[in-house]
Formats: sequence, C-alpha cells, structure tokens
Amino acid sequence: MSFMPVILWTDALIFALLAAVLALVWFIRRHEHLLAPWRVVAQRPMAMGAALVLGAFVVIGLLDSLHYRERLADSPADAPQYSVEVLSVFDALVSGLRTRQEKTYSAPLAMQLYAKEFIERDGETVRDYPRLKYGGAHLAQADDHRHDIARRALVGLAQGLAVSLLLFGLLAAWQGRRTQMDFGVWLTAWGTGRLGWPGRTVVLILAIMLMLAGVLVQLASGYHVFGTDKVGQDVLYITLKSIRTGLVIGTLTTLVTLPLAIGFGIAAGYFRGWVDDVIQYVYTVLNSIPGVLLIAAAVLIVQVYIESHPEVFDTAAARADVRLLALCLIMGVTSWTGLARLLRGESLKLRTLDYVEAARAFGVSHARIISRHIFPNVFHLVLIAIVLDFSGLVLAEAVLSYVGVGVDPSMYSWGNMINGARLELAREPVVWWQLGAAFAFMFALVLAANLFADGVRDAFDPRLGGRR
Amino acid sequence: MKPLLEVRDLVTGFGATRVVDGVSFRVSAGEIYALLGESGCGKSMTALSLMRLLPDGGRVVSGSVQLGETDVLTLPERDMRRVRGGQMAMIFQEPMLALNPVIKVGEQIGEALALHRKLTGQAGRDAARALLDAVGVPDAARRLDSYPFELSGGLRQRVMIAMALAGEPRLLIADEPTTALDVTIQAQVLDVLRRLRTEQQMGMLLITHDLGVVAENADRVGVMYAGELVEEGARDAFFASPQHPYSRMLFEALPRPGDGGRLTTIPGQVPPLDGSLVGCRFAPRCPHAVARCRSESPDWQAINDQRVRCHLAGALPASSVRDVTVQTAIPASQPLLQVAGLKVHFPIRRGFIQRTVGHVRAVDDVSLDIQAGRTLALVGESGCGKTTVGKALLRLIEPTAGSIALGGETITARNASTLRRQAQMVFQDPYSSLNPRMRVADILLEGMDALGVGNAPQRRGAVAQLLRQVGLPDDAGSRYPHAFSGGQRQRIAIARALAVSPRRVICDAPTSALDVSVQAQILNLLKDLQQDLGLAYLFITHNLAVVEYLAHEVAVMYLGRIVERGSAADVLRAPRHPYTQALVSAVPRIEPHAGEGIIRLAGDQPSPLNPPRGCHFHPRCPHASEVCRQTYPGQTDLGNGHWVRCHWVAGQP
Amino acid sequence: MFAYILRRVLYAIPILIGVNLLTFALFFVVNTPDDMARLQLGVKHVTPEAIERWKVEHGYDKPLLLNAEATGSAQFTDTIFFQHSAAMFAFEFGKGDDGRDIGNEIRTRMGPSLAIALPVLVIGLMVNITFALLMVFFRATYLDLWGVVLCVVLMSISGLFYIIAGQYFIAKLWNLLPISGFAGGIDGFRFILLPVLVSVVAGIGSGARWYRTIFLEEIGRDYVRTARAKGLSEVRVLFRHVLKNGMIPILTGVVVVLPLLFMGSLITESFFGIPGLGSYTIDAIQAQDFAVVRAMVFLGSFLYIVGLILTDISYSWVDPRVRLQ
Repeated sequence: MSFMPVILWTDALIFALLAAVLALVWFIRRHEHLLAPWRVVAQRPMAMGAALVLGAFVVIGLLDSLHYRERLADSPADAPQYSVEVLSVFDALVSGLRTRQEKTYSAPLAMQLYAKEFIERDGETVRDYPRLKYGGAHLAQADDHRHDIARRALVGLAQGLAVSLLLFGLLAAWQGRRTQMDFGVWLTAWGTGRLGWPGRTVVLILAIMLMLAGVLVQLASGYHVFGTDKVGQDVLYITLKSIRTGLVIGTLTTLVTLPLAIGFGIAAGYFRGWVDDVIQYVYTVLNSIPGVLLIAAAVLIVQVYIESHPEVFDTAAARADVRLLALCLIMGVTSWTGLARLLRGESLKLRTLDYVEAARAFGVSHARIISRHIFPNVFHLVLIAIVLDFSGLVLAEAVLSYVGVGVDPSMYSWGNMINGARLELAREPVVWWQLGAAFAFMFALVLAANLFADGVRDAFDPRLGGRR
Repeated sequence: MKPLLEVRDLVTGFGATRVVDGVSFRVSAGEIYALLGESGCGKSMTALSLMRLLPDGGRVVSGSVQLGETDVLTLPERDMRRVRGGQMAMIFQEPMLALNPVIKVGEQIGEALALHRKLTGQAGRDAARALLDAVGVPDAARRLDSYPFELSGGLRQRVMIAMALAGEPRLLIADEPTTALDVTIQAQVLDVLRRLRTEQQMGMLLITHDLGVVAENADRVGVMYAGELVEEGARDAFFASPQHPYSRMLFEALPRPGDGGRLTTIPGQVPPLDGSLVGCRFAPRCPHAVARCRSESPDWQAINDQRVRCHLAGALPASSVRDVTVQTAIPASQPLLQVAGLKVHFPIRRGFIQRTVGHVRAVDDVSLDIQAGRTLALVGESGCGKTTVGKALLRLIEPTAGSIALGGETITARNASTLRRQAQMVFQDPYSSLNPRMRVADILLEGMDALGVGNAPQRRGAVAQLLRQVGLPDDAGSRYPHAFSGGQRQRIAIARALAVSPRRVICDAPTSALDVSVQAQILNLLKDLQQDLGLAYLFITHNLAVVEYLAHEVAVMYLGRIVERGSAADVLRAPRHPYTQALVSAVPRIEPHAGEGIIRLAGDQPSPLNPPRGCHFHPRCPHASEVCRQTYPGQTDLGNGHWVRCHWVAGQP
Repeated sequence: MFAYILRRVLYAIPILIGVNLLTFALFFVVNTPDDMARLQLGVKHVTPEAIERWKVEHGYDKPLLLNAEATGSAQFTDTIFFQHSAAMFAFEFGKGDDGRDIGNEIRTRMGPSLAIALPVLVIGLMVNITFALLMVFFRATYLDLWGVVLCVVLMSISGLFYIIAGQYFIAKLWNLLPISGFAGGIDGFRFILLPVLVSVVAGIGSGARWYRTIFLEEIGRDYVRTARAKGLSEVRVLFRHVLKNGMIPILTGVVVVLPLLFMGSLITESFFGIPGLGSYTIDAIQAQDFAVVRAMVFLGSFLYIVGLILTDISYSWVDPRVRLQ
C-alpha cells in the first residue's frame, strides 16, 4: 500500500457522530410527528439557505477528517516506512495549495513578496520586492497581472454559472417528473415561490456558492488568493483547514455535554428530593467557577500530561488531536449546566402532567417513565440547545486560543490565525489578510449556524417562534 | 328605539379563515344580549372585533359596527382609544391572567379613571374606591393597595369589572366572565353584573357557553355556530321553543335533573372555516337535513319574536322527547372499595432550617365506600380536596393516614399492584393526559405491559377490543393523540383506564374541559360501560347537573371533609347542609327555580392551610351559632343512608 | 425573609468548600507540584534538585493533606492543603511567581476593572433595552424582521473582531482615541471610551435579541389585552405594563453578574492594556502562575455566589409575588 490510514481520536468520534445523525434522520423520517417540525424548518428560506452553507462547511470538514500517512518513496516494499506527516483526503485534493510555499508574507493575489530583499537583477544586486515563487509565476510580464486576474475571475464565474444551470436543469427535470409538471409550469411555480419549499433561495444560494468556488479555484491555481502568512504558507489553505477544527469543537463538545445535561437534568427534575439537591449542588459549584479559568486549569494539566508522556503519541498530529479532544471534553464538562437546568425545569413540569400520573397509576417503572414520557417530550429542547450552542463554541475557540488555552499552537484554527496575525497589525503597511480571512470564514460559519438555529428553534419551540 | 350597538354583516378573518362570517345583531341600552355557542364558534372573536383588539394576524374584513352615533370600524386608532374603556369596556375570562401581576389594583383602575374621566391623585383614588365598593369588594380602601395575586378569583373578577366601569362605558362586553369561577362565586359575580345593568342602564354583551347562565341573566339570546349567527330571539321565547336544530340539540345534550336516559349527542365536528363552505354549515351534523340544506345557505326566517337561519324553520318536528329509561337500581352489595379515615396533609416548611410549621389539610378524615355497578359522586368547589382524595386512593399521593381496602383486603405499599389492576383513573384534561409522543396503541398497551396482563398477542387483541368499546375507529391505534379531538381523546383516556380491566374507575371531572355536546357523548359512554362491565365509579366533579344525571350517591366535600352524604336524589333534591343548599341553589338553571328563594353565600372558601375553628363553614353560613364557632359537628343521621355534619341540622326536630 | 436570606448565605459555604476542594484536586492531586515545577522549568533539562528548589521557593514542598513529621495541630496546618487552599477562606492568597502579594494586586486592580465593566453594563443595558423595545413596537413589520437579522449578524461576529476593528479604525486610522492604556482620575476618561464603546457594540446582538424575546412573551399575555381594552395607547402599554413585567427577568439577570464586574473582562482588558483583574488573570494563565489562577478561581466563585444571593434578594424586591409570600 502506498499509504497507511490514520484514525485520529476526533476522526473516529466525528464519524461516529455522523453515523448517529444519519440513524436519527432515518428514525425521524419514519415518525410523522417528529418529521413535522423539520418540514417547517424546510419551508423557511433563511434556514435552508443557511443549511446549504453549513453543508459546504461540513463536507470540507469531513474530507479533512479522512487521514493517512504516505509511504516514503525509498522504503522497501516488505518493510514499508511511512512519512511522519499526517495528511487528509482534503489535503490531497488541494495539494497545490499546501505545497506552494513562499518565503514569507505576501498580499492577496500578489506577485511579489511583502518584504524587500536583495535580489539579482540584470547582473546587479538591488533591494526590491522579489517575485513570488508560485504566485503569478506563470506571468512573464508584471503588466499582465490585473488582466490575468480579471480573466481568471470571469472564467471561474462562468464555470460556476454553467454548473449551476446544469444542476438547476437536473433539479427541474427531477422535480417535474416527480410532480408530473410541465417544465414551464414548474419554472413559473419556482419563480413565484409556490413550490412548497424555498426553491428560489436554495437555487440562488447554491449558484452563488458555486460561482464563488469557481472564482476561487481559478484564482488559486495561479495565485495565493488570501496571500501567504509569515512562513509563506497559503492563507486560503490554512483557513480551509481551520474549518475542521471549528466543526470538531462545535459538535464534539456538545456530544460531551449531552449525556451529562440530559442525565442530571432529567434526574434532578424527575426525582426531586435529595437527588435534586446533590445535582444542584454540583452544578452550582461548577457554574460558580469562572469558565475560562476552569478551562485554563484543565488545559494546563493536559499540557503537562502530554509533555511528560511524549512516547504515547507517534506523530505531532496525534498530539495536537489529543489536545483538541481534551479541549472538547473540558468545555463539555464546564458547559452542561445551562442545558441541565433547563431540562430540570421542564422535567419538574412534565412529572406533574396527567399522562405521567396515569403511567404511575399503572405502576410503570421510573426508567420507563423517563424514557417514554419525559425524554421524548424534552428532546426538542436538547435539539435546540445543540444548534444554539454550536456557534457559541466556534466563537469561544478563537477567544481561548488567544488566551493560550485553546487548541495546540501547531493546529490550524481561526483562533491561532487571529492570535498569530494580531501583532502584525502594527506593521506598516498592515498585514490584514490573515485576520480578514479568519474572521470572514468564521463569520460565514457562525452566521449560517445562527440562522439555521433560529429556524430550528422557531419550528420546535412554538412559544418563542411563530410570532415572527 | 335606536339600539345602543348595531353590528351589521361583520366578517373577521385570519388569512383565509373567516372566524366570524356575516354576523349582525343589536344591543339596546339596559339590555343583556347573550351570545351563546360552543368553543371555536367565533363568539370571542366577534367581541374582540368590536373592540378592535384582534390578535396579530386577525382583521375585520367587512361589515359595520355602530355604537350610538360612532362608526367604530372606521375610527382612526387615536379616537378608537377613547371608545375603548370610555364607550365600551370588556372583561375577560381568566381574571388570574387578565390583570397585570406587578401593578397594584388601585393603580390599574386609576389608569382608566385618569384616561377617561381625568381623575388623578386623591380624586382618582376615591373614585377607584367607590368603584370597588360598587362591585362588592369588601374593605375596598385597603384592597386598592393589593396586588392581584393577593386576591381570590372572585375578587379579581370584581376588580376587572370595576376597571371596566371606570370609564363609565355604555356597553359592557363580558367574555365568559364566570367560566373560571366556582358556582357560588359565579352567582355572586353575575348578581353584580345584573345589578349594574339595572342601575346604570348599560347595554351588555354576555358571551357564554352555559345555557343556565343565559337563562338566568340574558334578555335576548343569539346562538352562534361555525362563525355564523344561526338563531336569535327573546330569552323566554328561545327557551320555550328553540327553532334551530343546533339550539335544540344543545338543550337535549344537557343533562337535566330527573332523567336517567341517554343524552342526545351531536355527531361530527364543527367544520373547518378556511375552505369554501357550501350550504348550511350545520347540515353535515343535522338529523333533519334535506338536500337543499347541503347546497343552499339558509337565510333568516322570522318566527314570532325569533329569527332563525334554517330552511326547515317552523317545519321541524316537535322537540324529540327523551326516552327515559329509569336508572337500573342495583341493590347495595358488598362494597368494592372501602376507605376509612383518609388523611392527606402536606407539610409547610418555613424558616431557617425548613422546620415544618403546619400542614395543609387537603384531605382530613374522609371515609367512603363504593359498590359494584354504582356511582359515587364526590362534589365540591375547587380547592376542597376532592381531586386529592382520588389520587390518594390510587396511592399517586401517599396518604398521611387512613386505610384503603379492596373487597376486604387492605392495601399497603407492598400490594399496590393489586390496587392498580383493580382501580384506574380518568383525568380531567384530555390534552395533558395523553403523551403526545406515543401512539394510541402504545398508550393503551402501557398499563397491560406494566402490570403483566396477558401475553403479547392477547394484548394486541385487547387494544382492538378497547378501541371498539369506546367507539373509536380501528385504525386509531396507529395514530398519535394530536390527530383526535377533545372528546375522542377522552375516549382514549377511558380506554387506557379500562385496559387492565379494573372494577372501579376514578373519574376526575372527565367532562369539565369539553363542550356540552361532547360531554353528552362521554356521559353516555360512561353509562354504557357501567352497565356492560358492572364498573363502580368514583366521579369527582363540581358540575351538579352531571352528578344528578350519573350518580347513585353523592358526597359533598368542603375544606377536606365530607359534610353531607346520601343518595343522589336525597342530597340534590332535599339538601340539608347549608353549604349543599347554597351549592344547589347557585347552579344556574334553565328551568325557573322552584319554591324557595335563592341562597347566596358570602365570601370565599377559606384556605385549607388555616381552616376556621369549629365548623369550617361557619364564617359563610347563614345559620351559624355559637356552637358552630367552637366545635366541629358530628355526624347526624337522617335515615336512608343520608347524613350531614351540621349543628344546625342536628338541632332541628 | 431574613431567615430565607440567612439560609442562602449559609448555603454558600458548602459551595465554596466544593470549589476549594475542586481546585485543590485539580492543582495539587491530578497535577502534582513536581509536574508544575517541570512545566515551569522546562520539561527537557530539569534536574531533581531544581524541582526541589522550585518547590521550596513556592512553598509546595510540604505534604498534601497530613504532615506526619509535624506535631500537634501543625500536622494539619503545615500542609499544602491548609496553607494554599484553606487559607483562601481568609482571603489569604499568598504570593504570585513575581513575588508580589496577590491580595494586594487584587485590591489595586479592582478599580480599573470596574471603571470599564460598570459603564459597559449600564450603557449596554440601556442601549439593548431601547433597541429591543423598538423592535417590539414595530413587531411583525419588516423593521422588526431586519432588526432581528441585524442582531443575528452582530452576534455572529467574533468579539475579537470588534476589538481589533475598533482599535484599528478609531484609534489607529482616524486617531480619535488612544489605542490602549489607562490612567486614573478625569484623565482616564479618554482611555475608557474606546473599550466601553467596543464592548457595548459587541453585546448589542445577543442582548437586544434576548430582551426582544422577553418583551414579546409579555406582550402576548392577557393583561396586555386588558390594558389595551382600557384605551391605553400602545406606547403606554409598552412602557408601563410590558416593560415593568419584562424588567423582572432582565434585572435579575443583571444582578447576578454585578459582583463579577470586579473581575473585569479578560479579552478587553488585555487588548486595551487596562491594568485590571482581567488582564492579571490572562497574564497568569499565559505565565502559568498557578497561585494567581487559584486565587482568581476562588475569588470568581465567591463573587458569583454573592451574585446569586443578591439575585434572590432583588427578586423579592422587584416582584411583589415573591416579596409578599
């Protein structure tokens, strides 16, 4: 084999989570009353548009979670040796971005380095901005620079548009066949927004995303679209790699939170009495410690462990991964209290309802009452909490990395990007592209998550929604 | 005479749904006009349209509302504010929710006074006090500084009325003003409204679902069905001969004293109002409907003093006589369930170490026995502890003291499963008593699973059998509760209780959340089941009409104790305890009260936390004497199993 | 009422003990003083002697819980637990790695923290409530819809962005305010302005949206309909009836954070160079100064619990239903 698959801890958990989500989708599809609120979500243009953007992020994140190590070219076949560098399928797809490394900073789409150097020109040594090794290297003349960029952008736009139109045609054909509609009729229904689902928004957002992707691909093949960082690495590549980190923190943390919040919250509300007292005590204690400090303390401890047990980790990626997982665990342990409190309150209310009394009148066991009567009726709150917490966690990563208790400094993450670029703001002229790229991608992900969360909450909690 | 309020062809819609569809009526000064109908027929929306206070999304589509000289619907919002509260005022159903919880009562009344009568400061305060006096709030000066939560339900509704009167309106709209109140309190509040109408010559639009309330208070009546007014007339004429089939069926669905037969039910449901409605809206449910009814919407027809929208007006057969089947008298046998000395006390913890400083004596020494095939009704107002008795009998609440015996076997915590197979419960609210996330079949299976009844195929067979028994379609089992109406849900709840074949069922006001016509279906069903299965019912309720219809025996509870007990006929027709007398007398009736005058109780039921010394009832009792204030009365036997706890009765020859 | 508050105060003691034990476990049991020393001295080239020296310097050379070598009460007092954890109940935090007394630092740094945090809270509250009431007044119109979208956009932006953008544009590009720094007295005003402005703007999104939900929930209640039926104008209904009820959850939510204002904000203070407790904490985390981190954990928990007690008191103060029962 020319490569060896590597399954990091977070990879395993991510795919376990994916499997769980798919199982849940399958389950929900079979239950009409569970499906109904999702139909409401599916009818909201804002939520569906956001879901599309989220989907794009998730695909990149998943591709970036399939890891492997390449076999060293000169190693013997019977005793293969593998590179210490852990790559992912995503890396393979964008290998150009990864390998085209410059010397140091360069501005977005630039042809020259950001810093002056002594270079040989016409036999003389002058101090000037040198041409980049890769960015715009295909251009013989510096004058063609703007023209080339415009051309590539247009080509990318056209390609994106073409793909969108193709997809739209396929969609129309499929939909037309399914609903027995004439193409023209379907098109009018689509154009006037009477499809029963937000067709216009979905198609529009998809087209915009495809065109953006087209432009990016075209430009990235010849330039560093977002420039390069201090060590000359492509910022677009770093930003895209950071997506996985954001997603892992946003999802795995919740995964840690859920069993704690659901177990303790429902137990406290349902059993009351001393169980409630103990659980309330635990969560008041946890709540009272400032979150950042608790996370900081725990992360410092993990750091000590990692540094004193170097033999456990065979690669740097595995080390960084364990630290990421530890961060998710710690944030999960410190953030279950909010949801637990909510579930406790709801369970307190539910346990007095007549259908629970009716079950008690039959002598139904506590475990059964909780699993059949309480849990299904608080599940919507859990779901709302998952989607609402996601964006907050992505934002928190940046802050924690800034404080120095976030992900491993060697890991690609928006927090590390911001932290690394912050000091460069003092330079003249300013190195802004790293910050800009990190903030822009983070904003896109968080905004999409928030808009989607809004849609989910309105559909699942009619008390808050509906009055829009 | 020019009417005070004239509504013409009012149409109110929410999107495509026309909740009020072409309603016209008039109200004169000094007249009480009652708008009668079941839930969802558009009564409240009519009232809110008049006030232009429709919820978000609703709007008046067409029609006109003339109040005196003012055309209400065309007024600019600024002028409309002067009409609201100043020309017409409104009181709402839930006095608990309709008052602002964090503003003092006096200030809330003062706001209206300042706005419409420019009375502020001391003048405003005096006027507010005068208003509270006028609506019969005792100790009015002190009450001005109370917050709503410090007042009882009856007082809160009086405050609402005072607030409505503050702007000296010419028209008062009362939307189910007494539905949330106990009968004795309802009687007090209705008295106030009637008095005010006479004193101030106000016009009043009374919205209610209760035929009894209409009979005792209204001058004229309009019946609404599915967004339309279907019949209108003077009260006496209407009650003498209702003309619309729907009105008639409402009367026939009402359980009335003295008949034990089956109640008439109205099949089907109110049609959804969003589709295109062709023909008479009641036709699908009408037993007299002819082809014309289904194609052509009927116009108004005048019959003497009444008018009615029915093609068959005047041509309907005379009111069907209810087939009276006499109560099958089941001889008293060995009691199935015996309860002796049942007490449920809830500790009150206070202070620094949560010391128990007292007990709420929710149930205080109650003894009962129920016999096979018979119904014992436990009657009382809210807070008297009747529901607690029901739950304690199933050990859903652990009794503080007392013994429960099933056919001679004493039930303890250890053999509670015996109890659970033999006794089950049907709850009041069909919406909260079924888990929305469980299929009906699973709901029915739950009890059988938990108690290990039969094997799996037997249980599945039992589910189908149960659904048939309570009159639900066979495919109901695979659906979820939200697919069913309130009445159907209550059938499911009854089927769930019957699933473990109990011999006694505790029914906790199972019809109080339902409309009259649906209530009739459930009462019929309960009666059938009793006859078929020989069930014993403990029927907990505050509705005396239902008691008279269903119960063999009655126990009346007041503040955690039974004050009177006997056969239904004895207790309800010849009540002896002053409380029972007042309770029976306070129920609004369609028939004029026979003989003796109406007894009105003063004040509210005291808190069970701190019951009065001596006889609990003495502060409200018209016959209280010194001994009543000192000692709790013992049991006085009146023969035929009828007894009371009352010094006054004991002292009579 | 008094008994109730006393009970709440006494309930705080087991909580603080719990916090104390938890920090003790985290800092001394899971992570031994040897580990700390190794981390501080650099993992690779460290000798046992250096570790011992470091431990002695910081007073971590004693047994954890029980000193078998000592006699009498010193068996318990001459331990890490007693000297470093239990002592915190007396607010004796010891010295940081820089040799300064932590208690002293806390006292001097509270002022600057408060100078930023208090204006942020007060101005933020006013701005958010105004914004929320505006949206509620125009509810179910496009103004409200776009207001909510704007809130979502604002809250989707990282807090770090607000700070960096504020510093870059307002201070560096337009030179309106100093980029960072702090001074006491009147002179300090210009230093405070930018951090306060940035923090308030950063909080509008989530704050205004949350308050809007609270007000909308109130406006759907029956008493609002009653107030309208009286003939009150919409503005009066909003300000007198809705605001008064809506302020109950808002105020109690504010009271709980009041004591925590002393702690300052980590990020804001560190970016703007405010010598408050927030930047003190962040410096300690970055320098891995365990003594300071421990002290701040204890202080934070203490202030949070004070906040909880104040919340209970304020609840009964603003809500007559609680006060009079």
